[in-house]
Amino acid sequence: MKDNTTARMIKDKAFRVIVIFLACFSMLPLLLILYYITRNGIAVINWEFLTQLPRPIGETGGGIFNAVIGTGMLIVLSSILSIPFGITAGIYLSEKSEGKIANIVRLCVVVLQGTPSIVIGIVAYIWVVAPFHSFSALSGGVALSIMMLPVIIKATEETLKLMPYHLKEASLALGVPYYKTILKVILPTGLSGILTGILLSVARITGETAPLLFTAFGNQFMNWNLFKPIDSLPYRIFYYAMSPYPEWHTFAWGASFILVVLVLAFNLIARGVAVKWKVQF
Amino acid sequence: MESTVLKVEDFSAYFGDNQILKNINLETGSNLVTALMGPSGCGKTTLIRCVNRMHELIPGTKVTGKIYLKDDDIYAMQPIVLRRKIGMVFQKPNPFPMMSIYDNVIAGYKLNGIRLKKDEFDNIVERSLKGSALWDEVKDSLYRKGTFLSGGQQQRLCIARALAMNPEILLLDEPTSALDPKSTSAIEELIVELKKTVTMLLVTHNIAQAARVSDFTAFIYLGELIEFGPTEKMFTVPKDKRTEEYLTGKFG
Amino acid sequence: MLEEKMIALRKELIEYATHVEGMIDKSIGGLVRKESYTLEEVIEKDEPKANEAEIAIEELCTTMIAQYEPKAKDLRTILMVMKMNNDLERAGDHAVNIAECGLYIIERPELKPLLDIPRMAKEAVGMLKDSIEAFIKEDALLAAMVCERDNIVDNLGQQILRELITFMGADPATIERSMRLLNIARNLERIGDLSTNISEDVIFMVEGRVIKHHKDQEGG
Repeated sequence: MKDNTTARMIKDKAFRVIVIFLACFSMLPLLLILYYITRNGIAVINWEFLTQLPRPIGETGGGIFNAVIGTGMLIVLSSILSIPFGITAGIYLSEKSEGKIANIVRLCVVVLQGTPSIVIGIVAYIWVVAPFHSFSALSGGVALSIMMLPVIIKATEETLKLMPYHLKEASLALGVPYYKTILKVILPTGLSGILTGILLSVARITGETAPLLFTAFGNQFMNWNLFKPIDSLPYRIFYYAMSPYPEWHTFAWGASFILVVLVLAFNLIARGVAVKWKVQF
Repeated sequence: MESTVLKVEDFSAYFGDNQILKNINLETGSNLVTALMGPSGCGKTTLIRCVNRMHELIPGTKVTGKIYLKDDDIYAMQPIVLRRKIGMVFQKPNPFPMMSIYDNVIAGYKLNGIRLKKDEFDNIVERSLKGSALWDEVKDSLYRKGTFLSGGQQQRLCIARALAMNPEILLLDEPTSALDPKSTSAIEELIVELKKTVTMLLVTHNIAQAARVSDFTAFIYLGELIEFGPTEKMFTVPKDKRTEEYLTGKFG
Repeated sequence: MLEEKMIALRKELIEYATHVEGMIDKSIGGLVRKESYTLEEVIEKDEPKANEAEIAIEELCTTMIAQYEPKAKDLRTILMVMKMNNDLERAGDHAVNIAECGLYIIERPELKPLLDIPRMAKEAVGMLKDSIEAFIKEDALLAAMVCERDNIVDNLGQQILRELITFMGADPATIERSMRLLNIARNLERIGDLSTNISEDVIFMVEGRVIKHHKDQEGG
């Protein structure tokens, strides 16, 4: 009997050690990526890099200012396009647990989530670029907003489903119409979850490159016009990395570093919102 | 009854094919507490929710018969209009978590878009919180969110929220079931005090509570109104054998 | 909720007791002053009122027990009030008996000046008043002292009996009147006993101690 116990204890310990080891091992790729990017990119970062426009081929120096601004504009644009639709669809799905339309919408969300980003880029090309005969920030925004939709819809639906029924009851018993109850009571209470979903979807699209190849296209110069091509961090990285110039390669590392920092920041803020603003029931 | 606030006439309620309430007839008088008591599943919660038409939120419900709130047929009004005249307090205290205590009390006005001057709102808040015996405990933290309040205090906040709308009748659906004994007796004393200004309909599964606070009691069993009368009489000389058995703990 | 009702209950009992005390005083007073209208008032007006009060107090106690499930001192108080209620009703009946005997006596020649009966009455009514006072003040000591005084009333009763026996022995014509006077003395004696009961109830209410049937004296 005693032998059995010892053997079992050893197995228990061994299992635990293996699990911890594998968990740490799975963090390795991330840590390696962060290490490489930081090592190669941080040297390039300086004020000039962040505030100047790219110089033409042959000239030294320059920066990624237009890419940073461009990414910012694309984020704002895609948010404006996706948030209203995403939240309303999420509200609809959380209210209707069954029903033909609701099930179809759910199916579409799932499919959309799995659609390759490059395909979405092509669709945006057909919808926006072709009719306007020009690459544009708008088309980039459209493509990215389509990618944001599933995440926002899912987050909204799940958050609202978690809202306890008695919250709605309290409002309805006061004679508040149903739609107002949703807008003024349920949504504000679920803000933390919805905001988290939005931030996570933004974190995702910040680094999307493929759709932008067909839509925003990229721009050497600063551009504030929505109907013209616009630069972006992923595009700039792609452009510099594919070039034959070593100096541009270092720029690519620098831009990658900025991009990773940005994505990390969005993720951490999302986490902070989820924890700090969450309403406990 | 000298001044009838609520009159239920030949009222029946159905969930799909199930008949939950069978031909209920009762009246509640002004400034009185009427208790609805009975074993679980007897229909008392359904009845109280029919009064402010909250049962309609569940699909597949149907009703026959009439309910009158001070001579108005409640089924001839818009539910929203009706519910603004009736206050309801639920089993689990449910103050709005994103609003301050102040905003919670006037939530009925704010959410319905009813605009008043700031000092009018101040008066309403003070009056309602005093009415629910919560004023002294929260008057210095009116603008904080109500999450730090205990269960009993939260329930009093919900009562204040209902009182703020000057309801014609206050519905209390097992208001102390989720509270500890001390908070329960605080709420019971509040109910007895509130009688002076408010008419109340109380659902309770606690027989002793019905005995302590109510003036009239209705005993409901399997959807039927078995007996209805002054609490004093019902608890000393119940007329129906089933009432007697329920009170002496033979079932339920 | 219960507190208010308790205050109301005590008030009703005290009013009832005061009414009964008044009935006894009036019946003795009417006898001494030979006022037949006073005695008739006791029988015709005061007694129905006493009966009503008794029923009301009993109903109040019943509903209070049913509605509030009182415990400890509240429970003892309500139960003792019911018992005192009964005793007061009987005291009231004794007052009526005294009045009825009185009506017979005052219409006939006096046997002797009434000295002992009023003295006995004063003592008995004093016991009743003090036992109610003990209830109001919740004073167990005062209540205990009332129990002691029962002897005085009993002794006075014995004295009156012996005196009336001599009267009856001397002259058979005095027998009817003597018997009536004896009846009055018996009624007063019973009022003394009832006051003792009330005092014992007060002690139980206040201290939870049972001293009935001389239980305490036996060390039990």
